[in-house]
Amino acid sequence: MATTTGKADERLSAASPVVRLLRRPEVGAIAGTIVVWLFFALTAGERGFLSLRGTANYLEVAAQYGILALAVCLLMIGGQFDLSVGSVIGAAGMITALLSVHYGWNIWAALVVSLAVSLLIGAVNGLLVVRTKLPSFIITLASLFIVRGATIGITRLVTGRTQVGGLGDVAGYETAFGLFASNIPVAEAQFSLAIVWWLALAGVATYVLLYTRPGNWIFGIGGDEKAALNVGVPVDRMKIVLFMTTAGAAWLVATIQILDSRSADVLRGEQREFFAIIAAVIGGTLLTGGYGSVIGAVFGALILGMVQQGIVFTGVDSDWFLVFLGAMLIIAVLVNNYIRRRASEAK
Amino acid sequence: MSSSGRVPALEVRDVYKYFGSVIALSGVSMRVYPGEVMCLLGDNGAGKSTLIKTLAGVHQPSQGDYLVDGQRVTFNSPRDALNRGIATVYQDLAMIPLMSVTRNFFMGSEPVTGRGLFRRFDVRRAREITRAELLKMGIDIRDPDQPVGTLSGGERQSVAIARAVYFGAKVLILDEPTSALGVTQSGTVLRYIARARARGIAVIFITHNPHHAYPIGDRFTILKRGKTLGTFTKAELPREEMIRMMSGGEELERLEHELREYSDDSGLQTLADAIREEEKFDHL
Repeated sequence: MATTTGKADERLSAASPVVRLLRRPEVGAIAGTIVVWLFFALTAGERGFLSLRGTANYLEVAAQYGILALAVCLLMIGGQFDLSVGSVIGAAGMITALLSVHYGWNIWAALVVSLAVSLLIGAVNGLLVVRTKLPSFIITLASLFIVRGATIGITRLVTGRTQVGGLGDVAGYETAFGLFASNIPVAEAQFSLAIVWWLALAGVATYVLLYTRPGNWIFGIGGDEKAALNVGVPVDRMKIVLFMTTAGAAWLVATIQILDSRSADVLRGEQREFFAIIAAVIGGTLLTGGYGSVIGAVFGALILGMVQQGIVFTGVDSDWFLVFLGAMLIIAVLVNNYIRRRASEAK
Repeated sequence: MSSSGRVPALEVRDVYKYFGSVIALSGVSMRVYPGEVMCLLGDNGAGKSTLIKTLAGVHQPSQGDYLVDGQRVTFNSPRDALNRGIATVYQDLAMIPLMSVTRNFFMGSEPVTGRGLFRRFDVRRAREITRAELLKMGIDIRDPDQPVGTLSGGERQSVAIARAVYFGAKVLILDEPTSALGVTQSGTVLRYIARARARGIAVIFITHNPHHAYPIGDRFTILKRGKTLGTFTKAELPREEMIRMMSGGEELERLEHELREYSDDSGLQTLADAIREEEKFDHL
């Protein structure tokens, strides 16, 4: 019976390298990235899109979308939504700023506290989803408003305003800036350190998703929660961890933003939850869970960054970015559905 | 098959299960020994699903004893049951269609390599084991990386059984493994069950189809309205009697009478044909 193990099965030839490639969730996003890049290279290449400075510019924007998209992508593969990440960005940034500027803490201590609060918000989201069995869409829609409202309320109560500036003067700012928000000079351009964070975390997330047990569980939970539970996957614990991961990513984005701009605003991060979801979906992640790729989300975020900054380079009013965003989302979903159907029918 | 003096691999004694005011199980007793196939027969609504979930650790019995290897146990989760070697293959298979055969095979019990932070899912070993294990059960899968969604129903069922056997199941609970399958595929699945039995595994084969149960079963327990009506060996229980007990004598006689109007054949023969038709099971 074991005679066939060594030999290649003749039926295997059906799955050609092309089909194998198309089966990969990120293939659409990579193709899209090339198309978008070519488009702006042709229309705005002369106005600086192709320059090193232009590249650094859209990569920095993409990195901020991308860090969030990584975590949101993992969560979505696990079959969940987190609409509260934008609000957590506002809250985390404001907590750090209030503690360091208003109360005079060292910024590192403030960062530890804001990280703890962010993770706590994520854990509460997760716990509520697990305990109430309500859709995470509803739970996190509620926390979107609760967290944003509380951030605005508390900040106004403490400072009487909705912005806190002067972060550049607090103790520990230089080292924190160096770790999170400094720039790496390459020739005449400055590449943001956020890009390094983005790509490094993408590596970690891909590794976790594809080469660890929890990664396999994430796919399982999103693919069929009951099935995963029946074979002993710790479904509830994984869900809570995933919500804490998105909240942690929101904290990192908030930290990069406030250190870069030296100020915090209660409205920071608005709509970022949707950008992250769009980047993940463009990257081939299924809205229904169980399927997707971190690499895809990286390219999804890259497309968003390229388009948002590319439009500026072409000289067109940047308001049109949002129109593009919506159109891109629909196209991505249609293309992904088509590819997935082709891949799973290819017997 | 003599069973005196041996310890059952799994046994339940007078188990009750209530859901609020609904009595799902009202006195279930049965046992299964290593290396035998015990068929649990019951019509729809007999309490099969509740019993399976109770055995699998999803539900806890409201009353009564659950014993594994002669020891009383309480399972709080399916994981507890799995740890004691009780594996359940559900009708819906617990397979995730978009994931590969390998990833499904090892879901929840992934092999790891490395240590500390670098402890990782050994994908290559998983792939090799999957292929080898499936071949051992006589299943020739094209590509362990193909999504489970591209497999046929019989193949999926077989993968699920092979998985349970590989992970050291001592008791294999099969929930209607043949109900959605065609003739050839049902035959294949029955063959895997026989192989599992030959490896010394205690198999609980749950079905409402006597024609699938009869050839493979060593003993038969009839479940009706949440109660077990007793356990019989094949010698004690002819096929006709089994069908009779499952669906209730009078109902059957009425049906037999009705059917006779359509045919000159003996009523039972007609009924058997009708059942076969219904099950899309038409060998002979």
